[in-house]
Amino acid sequence: MYDVIVIGGGPAGASAAIYLQRFRLKVLMIMKDLGTLGKTNHIDNYWAFENTVSGQHLVEQGVAQAERLGVTVVEEEVIGIENFEDYVVKTTKNEYQGKTVLIATGQAKPNIKVKGFKEYIGRGVSFCAICDGFIYRNKKIGVIGNAEFMLEELEVLRNFTKDITVFTNGLGLPLHIEEEITEKLVTEPLCEIQGDEVVKKVVTEENEYEVDGLFIAIGTPSSNDFALRIGAFTENNYIVVDENHMTNVPGLFAAGDCIGGLLQVVKAASDGAHAAIAINKYLKTLKTV
Amino acid sequence: MSVKVTTETFKKEVLESEVPVIVDFWAQWCRPCLMLAPVLEEIAQDLAGTVKVAKVNVDEEGYLANQFRVSSIPTVYLFENGQVKTQVVGLMRKDDLLKRLGLK
Repeated sequence: MYDVIVIGGGPAGASAAIYLQRFRLKVLMIMKDLGTLGKTNHIDNYWAFENTVSGQHLVEQGVAQAERLGVTVVEEEVIGIENFEDYVVKTTKNEYQGKTVLIATGQAKPNIKVKGFKEYIGRGVSFCAICDGFIYRNKKIGVIGNAEFMLEELEVLRNFTKDITVFTNGLGLPLHIEEEITEKLVTEPLCEIQGDEVVKKVVTEENEYEVDGLFIAIGTPSSNDFALRIGAFTENNYIVVDENHMTNVPGLFAAGDCIGGLLQVVKAASDGAHAAIAINKYLKTLKTV
Repeated sequence: MSVKVTTETFKKEVLESEVPVIVDFWAQWCRPCLMLAPVLEEIAQDLAGTVKVAKVNVDEEGYLANQFRVSSIPTVYLFENGQVKTQVVGLMRKDDLLKRLGLK
């Protein structure tokens, strides 16, 4: 059991992990890769670097620093957070238990750009199989996705119907994912989502597919996907937190670009420190078992 | 306090209500629904006497969920004089919900 599970290894996540470790807490930091910052080549406005520095360098140094100070770091992709008495963070490889969770996964990715998509959100287009799957008992369900996150949603939806079609929307489908799909598979890009009051069909360049519900689980889950499933408030795709960086779900914190504001390294690092201090205080309020 | 509404009581509690009724379609397994519950209780208290808050468990009341074409939960409707006035889908904060329902 970890005191804190930090999801994300960028400036917010690693800063938080470093502070938390120095409070002598048991900290696990889970990172999928070097994130958005890792793809940024030139940073000229971050304090104390005379010359241009790459985002990759900053992230790698931050992770190395966290590890040197005793933080356990794993490179895995988180596909779900569950909250009962404690938190369970599920990755593609493992499950970890923690008393608190800090989401620091960066800015949520934008939604797909397919005609009709926005119009049908809440009218057949859903982002949460566990919330809405039952509504489509024995009906025709479509799932859009191409990775482990989609498989996770697919597994939930299989409880409700046998009539499922997986749409990759033209995205690459790794072989190990394809092997897990026993349902109809459509790999062409989507052109339009059509219906009347509710979704009726998915149109691709070559075909039309009847669906009653369409679940979105593309690529890896974003911060707002985690927030949605666990019942944390979001606004404009950002997680809503209080002055202590805590969401409306007790013990669930968020920091960095996923909560909005200034999307800069310096602010993310500051968020991480603030969140760490708040988490340390919060943990002291929990009853020791 | 919110009132639990069933297919049998829907007409009396919602359609024939003298005050506007916020109807929350929810289920026990839906985390966003559970987190919306305290928001709705707060609204029920704040607006007591002027707006009623009713809850429909979609697991038990499939007929009502179908009738109102609920396809994502939580879905919140505002009924006035027996008619749907607004519909809001998803978890949100109290102020946002009241604004989107047209109550603020």
